[in-house]
Amino acid sequence: MNVVEMNAITKYFGEMVANDHVDFDLRKGEIHALLGENGAGKTTLMRILYGLYKQDSGGVQINGKAVQINSPKDSIANNIGMVTQHFALVPPMTVAENVILGHTNRFVLDYDAAESSVADAARKYGLDINPRAMVRHLSVGQRQRVEILKALYRNSRVLILDEPTAVLIPQEVDVLFETLRKLVDDGLSVVFISHKLDEVTNITNRITILRDGKSIGTVDTCDMSHNQLAALMIRQASFHVNNKIAEIKKSRSLLNIKSLSALDDQGLPALRDINLTVHTGEILGIAGVSGNGQKQLAETLCGVRNCTEGEIKLDGITLNGKTAGEFTTSGMGRIPEDRLEGVVGELTVQENLALEHLYQFSNKGFLNHKAIQKHANELIVQYQIKARPGDRIRTLSGGNVQKVLLARVLSTQPKIVIAPQPTRGLDVGAADYVRQQLLEQRNRGAGVILISEDLDEILALSDRIAVMYEGKIVGVLDASEANPERLGLLMSGAVKEM
Amino acid sequence: MEVFFINLIAATFRVSTPILLAAIGETFTERAGILNLGIEGIMFFGAFVGFFAADLSGSLWFGLFLAVISGVLSGLLMGLFSVSLGVNQHVSGLGITVLLTGLSLFGFRLQYGGRSTPPSIEPFQQINPFANIPILSTITQQYLLTYITFLVIVPLAGWILYRTRYGLHIRAVGDNPEAVDAAGVNVYAIRYSTLAIGGGLIAAGGAFLSLAQLGAFSHGIVSGRGWVAIAIVIFGNWIPLKVMFGALIFGGTYALQLRLQAMGLKLPIPYETFLALPYVVTIIALVVAGRNASYPAALLKPYRRE
Ligand SMILES: Nc1ncnc2c1ncn2[C@@H]1O[C@H](COP(=O)(O)OP(=O)(O)OP(=O)(O)O)[C@@H](O)[C@H]1O
Ligand SMILES: [Mg+2]
Repeated sequence: MNVVEMNAITKYFGEMVANDHVDFDLRKGEIHALLGENGAGKTTLMRILYGLYKQDSGGVQINGKAVQINSPKDSIANNIGMVTQHFALVPPMTVAENVILGHTNRFVLDYDAAESSVADAARKYGLDINPRAMVRHLSVGQRQRVEILKALYRNSRVLILDEPTAVLIPQEVDVLFETLRKLVDDGLSVVFISHKLDEVTNITNRITILRDGKSIGTVDTCDMSHNQLAALMIRQASFHVNNKIAEIKKSRSLLNIKSLSALDDQGLPALRDINLTVHTGEILGIAGVSGNGQKQLAETLCGVRNCTEGEIKLDGITLNGKTAGEFTTSGMGRIPEDRLEGVVGELTVQENLALEHLYQFSNKGFLNHKAIQKHANELIVQYQIKARPGDRIRTLSGGNVQKVLLARVLSTQPKIVIAPQPTRGLDVGAADYVRQQLLEQRNRGAGVILISEDLDEILALSDRIAVMYEGKIVGVLDASEANPERLGLLMSGAVKEM
Repeated sequence: MEVFFINLIAATFRVSTPILLAAIGETFTERAGILNLGIEGIMFFGAFVGFFAADLSGSLWFGLFLAVISGVLSGLLMGLFSVSLGVNQHVSGLGITVLLTGLSLFGFRLQYGGRSTPPSIEPFQQINPFANIPILSTITQQYLLTYITFLVIVPLAGWILYRTRYGLHIRAVGDNPEAVDAAGVNVYAIRYSTLAIGGGLIAAGGAFLSLAQLGAFSHGIVSGRGWVAIAIVIFGNWIPLKVMFGALIFGGTYALQLRLQAMGLKLPIPYETFLALPYVVTIIALVVAGRNASYPAALLKPYRRE
């Protein structure tokens, strides 16, 4: 029995077809993956089901009955819940307020009753969350639990999760999967959007693959291997990371960080006495469970966060105390970790690409639009960005926004490239592409600081690996002597190696 | 000296009332994410419509009623531009201020133009629940509208925003309209309704000037009080009770300034300097408090679903 059936869904954004006659069906009690590259149309399809977009043609049936879904109100009435790619939460409100938002029939709110019923629901579904906590203060993993709780609190029988693992650390992914298994045992049906093949094969029953807005087909998960799936999902043969072939001749030290300390936003120590050296033509991997100071390290190194102590020396020039702009002109390039923070959504692709070096495109304070457009066209080709120069950034798919950021930073040929979580949320092809780009930076002689939670990524790319734990560097290993077990021990803070 | 201060306190409440009404109205719209720069024009329009209707009908309450209705309609007009059509809020708000100011002056000319003496009406009478208690009675000698504003509207606004489902929706829309939409609540309906409520309160503030304080209508009747109200909303961090304190600070300096002028002090500075005092104090208060202001995150952002 199909709980959801979507037939020949077509959706245009202007000229661009985001969904082209896509068929999709969801069975009761299954976890069904929507797999596809960045920009394949996964989010669009599910936003149509949830009523956030309206399809241009095609029909939706719920439990065998044709329904019109004009807004989320209609989908909620049909017991559909969605956790969107960017969370739809109100940060300055409590968990309970967020959960009852739009789902309370009392005009006068009874906060005690709301909090206890939210707490009951949380307990019932095994989601550990404090209803009184302010959403602003929660970690991403906790926020996701609030979103799931929100959907379940409305008696959703169909749960749509848009790239739920993109923002989670491995332990949180395990917790999420456990929750999902429990939910399907209770008879819920789950749509799981992802482009991480191992997760898809691990947890789903069936897989529908989208490519360029079209459905390639639906398959049973147990019949498929990773390679078969990757081949279906990606047009050309996959990029391959040709790892450390190009050995760099004689490298010299480029960036010297001495006893660097800094505070986090709450004024608590985030970095404690960090000493690191990055050489030319080297990728220094920084491993660690997120929240151990990686974010603050990246921010301090590009000048947007002040250090309280220590020294940052690039090519013999002391940088601390200078402005972020001077950090950039001195040769520090950072690919922002939070994509939405790194771009201006209302501006176009070409404007965002020019944003950090406007002086190159301006003459006496006037912008040279022709040059900006030419620059954008070149980068769009070079970095394979699926967009036109005049498109607004906020209409781009997640992966393409990342490519814009990458293009903007790397096109200035910085001496040091700081790449925090550069492949988070990217599909296999795009992630390989980004890794390839980082290797190319290294081969041209730049120093690359790769901050990642993905140990496989760190091990595959780095020449040396530093491990961060509670704001300290607890060990620096040569790539040749590193392995997952050793790094894992260091990351957990159990041992120290210098 | 004691008399001076008691009179000052009494005047402070009177002078604060119109600004407080407008500021509470603006608090509602800004909490839902709309900066209503039509506020100055809506106050002016409210003052005119109130005066005009009261003059024609002979009923002050009818005048007030029509003023509120005109404010509600002006708020909905702001909604048409800023909510439905997604026009930039600065542009639509300033446009409404220009439009309503012109409309009021035009209507005033048509009806009262060419008279030698400016028209006036018998304004609202003040009431005094504690007329027999010596000192207190000076302070409690106030307009009924002042009582309603301080004792009913401010607490009610706080209660609605923080204790009701409607208030929850308003606060959420002003911070993340997408979350509200995804929760199945109509974002536009919430924004329109706050603009209607806000417009009504703002116009009532204007009508207070013509129907209670002055009993007349003139070009300079609002003289920037709408803009001051916007500053006060920021000063009050979008919380009705704090907004009330902001209005009292402005009202207090305004009343003080009037008295300083009246005292005819021989000072080396021109008396116009005093006129600027309340505005200067507002700016200083804003600079001090504004640094910690937590703006509604979706303020100024139109919501579109695509
Ligand atoms: N609101 C919008 N306006 C215009 N174009 C849009 C809009 N939303 C999506 N698109 C375009 O539609 C296409 C499909 O986007 P969608 O977000 O569905 O991709 P996706 O498969 O979810 O990708 P990702 O894995 O990167 O999130 C993209 O090319 C995108 O640029
Ligand atoms: Mg997506």
